[in-house]
Amino acid sequence: MDYLIGWLVLLPLLGAGVLLTGGRRLDRTGHWIGTVLAGSSFVVAAVLFFDMLGRSGEDRALHSTAFTWISVGSFKADVAFQLDQLSMTFALLITGVGTLIHIYSIGYMEHDERRRRFFGYLNLFLAAMLLLVLADNYLLLYVGWEGVGLASYLLIGFWQHKPSAATAAKKAFIVNRVGDVGLSIAIMLMFTTFGTFTFGPVLGAVDGAGEGVLTGIGLMLLLAACGKSAQVPLQSWLGDAMEGPTPVSALIHAATMVTAGVYLITRSGAIFDAAPTAQVAVVTVGAVTLLFGAIVGCAKDDIKKALAGSTMSQIGYMVMAAGLGPIGYVFAIMHLVTHGFFKAGLFLGAGSVMHGMNDEVDMRKYGALRKYMPVTFVTFGLGYLAIIGFPGLSGFFSKDKIIEAAFAKGGTEGWILGGAALLGAGITAFYMTRVMLMTFFGEKRWEPDAEGHEPHPHESPKSMTIPMVVLAFGSVFAGFLFSWNEAFVKWLEPVTSFEEAHPPMGAAAVTGATMVVMLLGVGLAWAMYGRRPVPSVAPRASWLTRAARRDLLQDDFNHVALVLPGEYLTRGLVYVDHKGVDGVVNGTAAAVGGLSGRMRRLQNGYVRSYAVSMLAGTAVLVAATLLMRGVA
Amino acid sequence: MSFPLLTLTAGLPALGAIATAAVPAARRGAAKWLALVVSLATLVLAAIAFVRFDPGGARYQLTESHAWIADFGVRYELGVDGIAVALIGLTALLVPFVIAAGWHDADPLEEKNPNRRWRPTQGFFALILLVEAMVIISFEATDVFLFYIFFEAMLIPMYFLIGGFGDRAHEHGEEEAARQRSYAAVKFLLYNLAGGLIMLAAVIGLYAVTADQLGQGTFSLQEILQARAAGELDMSTTAERALFLGFFFAFAVKAPLFPLHTWLPNAMGEATAPVAVLITAVVDKVGTFAMLRFCLQLFPEASKWATPAILVLALISIVYGALLAVGQRDIKRLIAYASISHFGFIILGIFAMTSQGQGGATLYMVNHGISTAALMLVAGFLISRRGSRLIASYGGVQKVAPVLAGTFLIGGLATLSLPGLAPFVSEFLVLVGTFSRYPAVGIIATTGIVLAALYVLVLYQRTMTGPVKAEVQGMPDLKVRELAVVAPLIALLIVLGVYPKPLTDVVNPAVQQTLSDVHKTDPKPALEASK
Amino acid sequence: MNPVNYLYLSALLFTIGAAGVLIRRNAIIVFMCVELMLNAANLAFVTFSRMHGNLDGQIIAFFTMVVAAAEVVVGLAIIVTIFRSRHSASVDDASLMKL
Repeated sequence: MDYLIGWLVLLPLLGAGVLLTGGRRLDRTGHWIGTVLAGSSFVVAAVLFFDMLGRSGEDRALHSTAFTWISVGSFKADVAFQLDQLSMTFALLITGVGTLIHIYSIGYMEHDERRRRFFGYLNLFLAAMLLLVLADNYLLLYVGWEGVGLASYLLIGFWQHKPSAATAAKKAFIVNRVGDVGLSIAIMLMFTTFGTFTFGPVLGAVDGAGEGVLTGIGLMLLLAACGKSAQVPLQSWLGDAMEGPTPVSALIHAATMVTAGVYLITRSGAIFDAAPTAQVAVVTVGAVTLLFGAIVGCAKDDIKKALAGSTMSQIGYMVMAAGLGPIGYVFAIMHLVTHGFFKAGLFLGAGSVMHGMNDEVDMRKYGALRKYMPVTFVTFGLGYLAIIGFPGLSGFFSKDKIIEAAFAKGGTEGWILGGAALLGAGITAFYMTRVMLMTFFGEKRWEPDAEGHEPHPHESPKSMTIPMVVLAFGSVFAGFLFSWNEAFVKWLEPVTSFEEAHPPMGAAAVTGATMVVMLLGVGLAWAMYGRRPVPSVAPRASWLTRAARRDLLQDDFNHVALVLPGEYLTRGLVYVDHKGVDGVVNGTAAAVGGLSGRMRRLQNGYVRSYAVSMLAGTAVLVAATLLMRGVA
Repeated sequence: MSFPLLTLTAGLPALGAIATAAVPAARRGAAKWLALVVSLATLVLAAIAFVRFDPGGARYQLTESHAWIADFGVRYELGVDGIAVALIGLTALLVPFVIAAGWHDADPLEEKNPNRRWRPTQGFFALILLVEAMVIISFEATDVFLFYIFFEAMLIPMYFLIGGFGDRAHEHGEEEAARQRSYAAVKFLLYNLAGGLIMLAAVIGLYAVTADQLGQGTFSLQEILQARAAGELDMSTTAERALFLGFFFAFAVKAPLFPLHTWLPNAMGEATAPVAVLITAVVDKVGTFAMLRFCLQLFPEASKWATPAILVLALISIVYGALLAVGQRDIKRLIAYASISHFGFIILGIFAMTSQGQGGATLYMVNHGISTAALMLVAGFLISRRGSRLIASYGGVQKVAPVLAGTFLIGGLATLSLPGLAPFVSEFLVLVGTFSRYPAVGIIATTGIVLAALYVLVLYQRTMTGPVKAEVQGMPDLKVRELAVVAPLIALLIVLGVYPKPLTDVVNPAVQQTLSDVHKTDPKPALEASK
Repeated sequence: MNPVNYLYLSALLFTIGAAGVLIRRNAIIVFMCVELMLNAANLAFVTFSRMHGNLDGQIIAFFTMVVAAAEVVVGLAIIVTIFRSRHSASVDDASLMKL
């Protein structure tokens, strides 16, 4: 069975290779090739899954070494795969949601002349993401890690003729690179500490290492996770990444790639468990981000950017849960999976709305769309109920567990984290209700676009609605299925370890509080956007709203703190290099030139004057020789 | 006597150069094909050398040794270790691409030139082959004096290549272009001559020391190493340091290392793209290679003494080169500064004195050669279409010439060391190797990773994306010849990124021996050390 | 006769030649003075040969003569060419070799 693992990665990689080098002759079939290869990768994942179910908990992990990649001295990296329950969960999510989004894209990108290339990039992404979760060592994981970054760069900037898209793509890659530095330093630390960076040996040897080193590794891994998962302080790229086509936002910037940070932290659980300081940093980052993203999500009028804020916030939940240790790992992953369903569904819904509205993204220009797009409305609505944690839907099960675990952390820390998580749940309910009301309810506020085309909202084609329906099923039932008989906990426990969380006030109280907060959020949103008509031009609003519209000034901060000094530095250095380093050399040359200019005048061209100087020179030499002999 | 494979590998392009230069003026096309065929035959010879080299065998293989200037102990001694054989392979590999990419670079402007003896094309390709011959023999020479001669002599053809052949069109007109070109060529020559002069003093000094201690002066690397191992040769600390500095200065100019780097942007900016590739991907490698072969092996103690200062300079090169690359407005100068940053990594790896560092540095030399060639040649194709080197002259090329843009992006991604492409392997090895001995240095060097992403992606964004500029409208995509140049390079980048084993297998033993020359062993992992 | 006297004569001839080279402007005269200096040197060589009792000096004198003959050939050719182009044999007129 283990030889199949490599095929998981190879199939989409093959698709990427064929589609990107195949040229125009594949334009008409390219999207089918891409979709079929993504689908067959899902089939392989499913086969491996059922094979895995056939074995008992402890020996479910499969291992397969393809070949030795780098070997210099004691530094040895293999191209080797490890498929355990954690990787399996991701592989199913990635290939499953990935295939659905391939299908969706067939319709969504139908009129784009570069559709073949789009599918090539999507396949490249699947291959890199699968490599990321299937690698058995950190260096190979790093390859997938940057590979998804590349795919993300290519897809955000897919509409390259738009300068905003090109800028957003570049920004995403560079911010991610900052995180990647963290990952590479972590790998170097592992190598100098453990002599290896393969998961098994490293995580098994954690006990022998000093806490200082482990804290260092943990913080560097956290930095990497912050970059990839858009956590504070490296969050600024995610909002801009919405420049990419909507299927990309759904697959990469909601369901899969941005959750890689959570995977990394969960995978390295043993390191974090042994480094409490790093864990504190992780939960702090998670808690701050979950509020940050939620606040940003409240103020955005761009439907995709509102959802991006929400993604950031939900991943904040996952990161916080992963930072809580064994009480949180399982629920971090569970929330990750349920979030993968409902957030991908929400994004696809948003894409469907845009598809029908001439690519308008401003929610203030939507309204009353439920009548025109019934399927989109229902699937989006189910996703909405799932994300706010409506009882019985999937978000309810996973988010509630995280809030319980946060309170169970104990002490002041527990109250702060639990409070933040609870507050986040309220804000989530608020902004999602706002999105729902502004888009599907109220009066229609459509306007002709710049070229004077009046939008004619219509339901999207089958290829787009079917994936939405499938994801809506997931949003509704996944949480229930996972929690049935604690199936998900039992599934993951052998890999991530698990401890029951006991919040000080009891689990029921936490659930109750969550419900109350959620209802408050929904009610407030209804009062603001449901009862009153929504103005089609954004009002000036309070300073907090204005700041949140500007993503809480993150770009302004980066601009002042990093970009401007950087620009001055490079400009200054260019000057220094030209005038200083080069100037010294050129100055020397000029000095020699000037001197020789003076001496040139001695060469007057008269043979007799040369003869005199020769004679004088000879006389001096003879005199000097005689003198020296006299001395000696 | 065995078959003189190494002499032949270096001699073939030299003979080819003479033959190419002798082609009659009217037969320009024949000269091009002759040069290409000779370079491909050289590649075959280099490949044979690579295959015949036995990584498990003696340190120097395929050796040839003949007396030359017996009175001064100068011998014609050739031999290759794993590092040299890899770099000879790189040189022989790149030159055919350089020739194919520069196919039309030296065509006379007017078809009917009145002067019948006017034949720049023949000269251009003959000079390229001559450089190839001299570079290859520099990699092969195990006699210090023999090495020195060709180390210096290759300046002459390079000077004419830089000064004599430039980009067709220029923003500031033909006359200004000629002035800048001649400035760049003279600067290149003077910098390298100054370095070479100091090295000459050190070479003579080395002879004096050996003559003093061994009775008979020698330039033979192997003899000197044996004498030292036997305890017959014991340089005084001062002498060793002085000689080391003399050698190192010349190599640091060639490499180039901050603050001796300013000739490179001028030279690469003014030369045609293929010649720029020849400078940075081939000729400059002799500098870093010679640090490994001569500085470390001849002067181990002085190398260790100078390590801290060199590491600092290498770090400055990495960060400074990258920052300056970000600030450039000229595509070719940007790539030149990026190369300075990369040479910083190579030197860092060499002087980290770990097997990962030096193995990585050697791989880096090969990979940097390939990746820079890919990026620079595509940049050259781009420049030849529009006649401007300024980044601001371009925009939206991706829309009109997608293949050109795609290959440019892959070249760029290789330059920023994306995992999966060859430069990642070497860059990571250098970083790990440095980190395991000097953690702080390794961490500072990682900033190069971020800055590389910045300059590459800014370059790509400004030239390739956005709305299509009017001047770019209708720009043709890559032609078959151009694609044939770029595609194999890209394939090689991917292959060596996924499976670098053939290269590491050859390089590793040589690196281990160099490390044992300087009496250094890899640091043990903390956990093992504490047990 | 004391051979040292020949050396005095040689020095005298050399000085006359040198003075001629420096003072005269006519290229032919300058040229003849150069010859005078060369032959003064030859005289000194031969004298030294006699004084030291070996043949080295005489051999060198032969070399000098050969060089002098070659020089006359080249030098006269140059002078004639210059004279043809500028109708003057003055050495001061040919001062174009400066920068």
